[in-house]
Amino acid sequence: MTLIITALAIWLATGALCLAFSKRPRLVQAIGPAGAVLGSLPALFAAGCALFCGSTGALQLPWSLPGANFVIGMDAISAFFTLPIVSICALAAIYGREYLRPYEGRKALGVSWCMFNLLSASMLLVVLARNGVLFLLAWEAMSLSSFFLVMFEGEKPEVRRAGWTYLVATHIGAAFLLVLFVLLGRPTGSLDFDGFGQIAGTPALASLAFVLAVVGFGTKAGFMPLHVWLPEAHPAAPSHVSAVMSGVMIKTGIYGLLRTLLWLGPPPLWWGYLLVGIGVVSGVLGILFALAQHDLKRLLAYCSVENVGVIAIGLGIGLIGLGSHHPLPAALGLAGALLHVVNHAIFKSLLFMGAGSVLHATGSRELDQLGGLLKSMPSTGATFMAGAAAISGLPPFNGFVSEFLIYFAAFGLLGAAGIPVVLAALAAIVSLALIGGLAAACFTKAFGTIFLGEARSSQAEHAHEAGPGMRAPQILLAALCLAIGVTAPFAIGVLKPVVKQLAGATDLGDWTGAAALPLAVVACAGVGLLALFCLLIALRAMLPARRMTTAAGTWDCGYIAPTPRMQYTASSFSDPLTRFFGPLLGIRRKFAGPRGFFPDRASHSTETPDMSRERIYKPAFIAIERAMAKFQWIQHGRLNLYILYIVLTLLALLTWKLGRP
Amino acid sequence: MNAWTDIMLVVLILTTFWLLGSSRLASCIRICAIQGVATGLLGVVGGGLSIRVAAISLAVIVLKGLAFPWLLSRALRESNTSHEVQPFVGYVASLLVGVVILGLSFWADSCLPALSHVASRLVAPVAFALLIAGLFLIVARKTAVNQVLGYLVMENGIYTFGFGVVREIPALVELGVLMDVFVAVFVMGIAIYRINRTFDHIDSDQLTLLKG
Repeated sequence: MTLIITALAIWLATGALCLAFSKRPRLVQAIGPAGAVLGSLPALFAAGCALFCGSTGALQLPWSLPGANFVIGMDAISAFFTLPIVSICALAAIYGREYLRPYEGRKALGVSWCMFNLLSASMLLVVLARNGVLFLLAWEAMSLSSFFLVMFEGEKPEVRRAGWTYLVATHIGAAFLLVLFVLLGRPTGSLDFDGFGQIAGTPALASLAFVLAVVGFGTKAGFMPLHVWLPEAHPAAPSHVSAVMSGVMIKTGIYGLLRTLLWLGPPPLWWGYLLVGIGVVSGVLGILFALAQHDLKRLLAYCSVENVGVIAIGLGIGLIGLGSHHPLPAALGLAGALLHVVNHAIFKSLLFMGAGSVLHATGSRELDQLGGLLKSMPSTGATFMAGAAAISGLPPFNGFVSEFLIYFAAFGLLGAAGIPVVLAALAAIVSLALIGGLAAACFTKAFGTIFLGEARSSQAEHAHEAGPGMRAPQILLAALCLAIGVTAPFAIGVLKPVVKQLAGATDLGDWTGAAALPLAVVACAGVGLLALFCLLIALRAMLPARRMTTAAGTWDCGYIAPTPRMQYTASSFSDPLTRFFGPLLGIRRKFAGPRGFFPDRASHSTETPDMSRERIYKPAFIAIERAMAKFQWIQHGRLNLYILYIVLTLLALLTWKLGRP
Repeated sequence: MNAWTDIMLVVLILTTFWLLGSSRLASCIRICAIQGVATGLLGVVGGGLSIRVAAISLAVIVLKGLAFPWLLSRALRESNTSHEVQPFVGYVASLLVGVVILGLSFWADSCLPALSHVASRLVAPVAFALLIAGLFLIVARKTAVNQVLGYLVMENGIYTFGFGVVREIPALVELGVLMDVFVAVFVMGIAIYRINRTFDHIDSDQLTLLKG
C-alpha cells in the first residue's frame, strides 16, 4: 500500500509542478512524462505482487468528510485492472511527450500534463477505492481531468462540442451511480464497500442495483445506446489521451460493473441475458458504424464500442453460466471478458497511437486523404497492422485468444437445458462471428486505405516516420499483442484468482486445465503461422535478389496516366457491406453523377450520423428544452426579484412556523 | 440601563424608517453610519461592560460607523452616476411597508416563547424588523450601493438579536461575523466599481443584459 501512496503522490506532485512551471514548456515536457512513468512503476509493482503472489492489502487514513473514509484496498480484481491502467498510462506518456512537441509554446502544455497525471491518479484510485464517497470523488476527478484533456484544442468548435457531449454524458452516468451507492449503503447506513454485500438479501433491490450499475457504468464503458460520447470525444482528444481514454478509462466502467456484481450475490439468469443482449447490440452496431466512418479516430472510437460489446457478451455468458450452474462456461466467459479487457487496452492504445502518428505526419485523420504511408512510415505501418490483426481477432494475436475463450464458453452452454440459455449462447456465437468478420473488413479498409496504394494528397506524399519516442511504445505494445497470443495457455493462469473472486461461492473446478489444451493448439497454430509468415518474408527478400527489378506505381494497371484519385476509396471499399446494412446505419448520401457526353463536375459524399444521437438523444433533449422553456420567466435575470423570492420564502416559513399552535 | 437600551433600539427603528424614506444616496450612507454606531453602542449601554464586549463594540462602531461609509462614499464618488436612490417601490409606499414590517415583527415576537434574561422587551421585534427591512431594501432599490446598505441593515438586525438575547456570544463568532460583513462590503465596493467601469452605471437591474 505504501507503493500505491507513493505512486499517487508522485503523480499529484508532478502534476502540480507542471502547473507551476506552465510558462516553461520544455521543462513541463520533461517533468510531466517523467512523473507519469515514475509514478506508474511502484503501482505496477504493487499490482504485480498482488496478482502473482496474492499479497493483498488495505489501508485506511483518517479523513473528516461525512460518510467518507479514505479506505483503499488491493485485491485480485483491483490488481488486474491496475496493470493495464498504469502500463498504458506510462506508455502513452512516453508517446505523448513527442506527440505534443509541435504544440510547445503554442498551447498550455502544463495544464495538459497536470490533467494527464491527475487522470492516471484518479483512475488508479477508482479501482482501489473501498468507500462510496471516495470512489465517486475519484470517478468525478477522472471524468473532469479527461474532459480538460479532450478540450486541449478547445478553440475548434467541433472539439468544444465533443467536450460538452462528453461532460453531459458522463454526468448523466454519474447521477445513476449516485443513486446506486445510496441504494447499496442504505441497509448498513455506511458507504464503506464492506457493508454493501447486504443488499444481496433482497433480490428485487439487487436487481434494481444491477440495472443502475449497467446504466451508470455502461455510460462510461460505452454500451450501445449510451455510447454517444465516444465517437465525439476520442477523435477530439490528442492521440495519447485517446489511447488512455479508449484503452483503459472506459474499462473503469467494466471494473465498476464487476465490483457491483460482487456485492449483489448470485446472479439471476436475466442479468446474463441483458448483458448478452447489450453486448450483441453494441458489438454488431459498433463495428457497423466503424465500417461506415471515414475519420480514422472516429472509426477507432466506434470500434471501442464494439469491443466493449464483446466484453459484455463474455460477462453475460459468464453470468448465465453461473446462474444455470455450468461452472466451466461461467469461468471461461468471465475469463474471456477479463482477458479482452486487457487485450483491448493493448491493441486499442496501439491503434490510437498509430492513428496519432499518422495524424502527426500528415495532419489528417481523413482516410481518403491518406494512402501509401507504408513506404514512408514502415514501423508505424507494421505495428498498426499487428494491432489491426489483433483487434479483428485473428491468430496469432491476443484478440483471438479472448474471443476464443468466449466462443468456447458459449459452445459449452449449447448443451445446457433450457431454451433461453441455448438461444443466448447461440446469439453470442453468431454475433461474435459477425463481429469478427466485420472487424476484419473494417480494418482491412482502414489499413489498406492509409498504408497501401498511392498517396491521395500532398501531405500524405510528404509524410515522415515518427520519432523513436513515438515508435517505441507502439513496438512494445505490438510485441505484447503477439506475446499474449502465443503464450495464451500460460497467460490465462493469471486470470485464475480474478475469476475465482468473481465467481464467489461457486466452485469452478479446474477450468484452466480444461482451457489449456485447446489454447495450446491455438498457440501452436499461431507459432506455425508466424513461422510461415517469416518464411514468406525471407522468400520475398531472397527471390528477386538475382533478378532485375523495376519500380512502378502501385496499382498502375497499365493506365497511361493513372492518378491516385482512381484508387478505391475507403467508402467504396466498404460500400457493399454498408449498403447491405443500410437500414441499420442511416447513411446520408449526396450524389451528383456525371451527365452528358463531356461531363464536368460530379460529386459523391456520405455521412453517417450516430443513430442513437439522432433518434434518441436529440429528440429527448429537445423535448426537455421545450418543457423547461416554460419556466424561463422565472429566470429573468433581475437580481432584486431573485432576492424577493428568498425573502418571500423566508417570511412564509416564519409565518407558518409561528402560526402553528 | 434598560432605558438606554430602549433608546438605542428606538434609534435603530427610526433610522430604518429614515432610510426607507430617503432619496439621496449620500444621506442613505450617512443614516446607515448612524445606525451602525447605534448598534455598536447597544453593547456598551447594555451594562456589564467587560473588555471583550468593549472591544467588539469598538470594532463595530469603527467598521460600521466609519470604514463602511467611507468605502461606500468613495465608490459612489468614483462612479459618477445619479446620486438618487432610484426605487422600485416609492418612498411613501416603502414607509408603509416599513410599518407593516414592524407590525409583523411584533406579532412574530408575541408568538415566540418569552425570552429570559433579555435586556429589553423590544430587542426581538426590533431585530426582526431590521432583518426584514434590510431584505426589503435589497429588493426594492435599484443601485448596488443601496443593496449593500440593505445588507448592512440586515446585519445590524442579526447583531442586535444576538447581543440582546444571548449576551455571551463567543467573541470569535462575533468577530467572524464582522469579518464576513467587512469582506462582503469590500467585495461589493470593488464590484460596484467594476460594474460601473464596465457598464457606466451601477443599476443592478440592468444586469439582465448578461443573461444568456
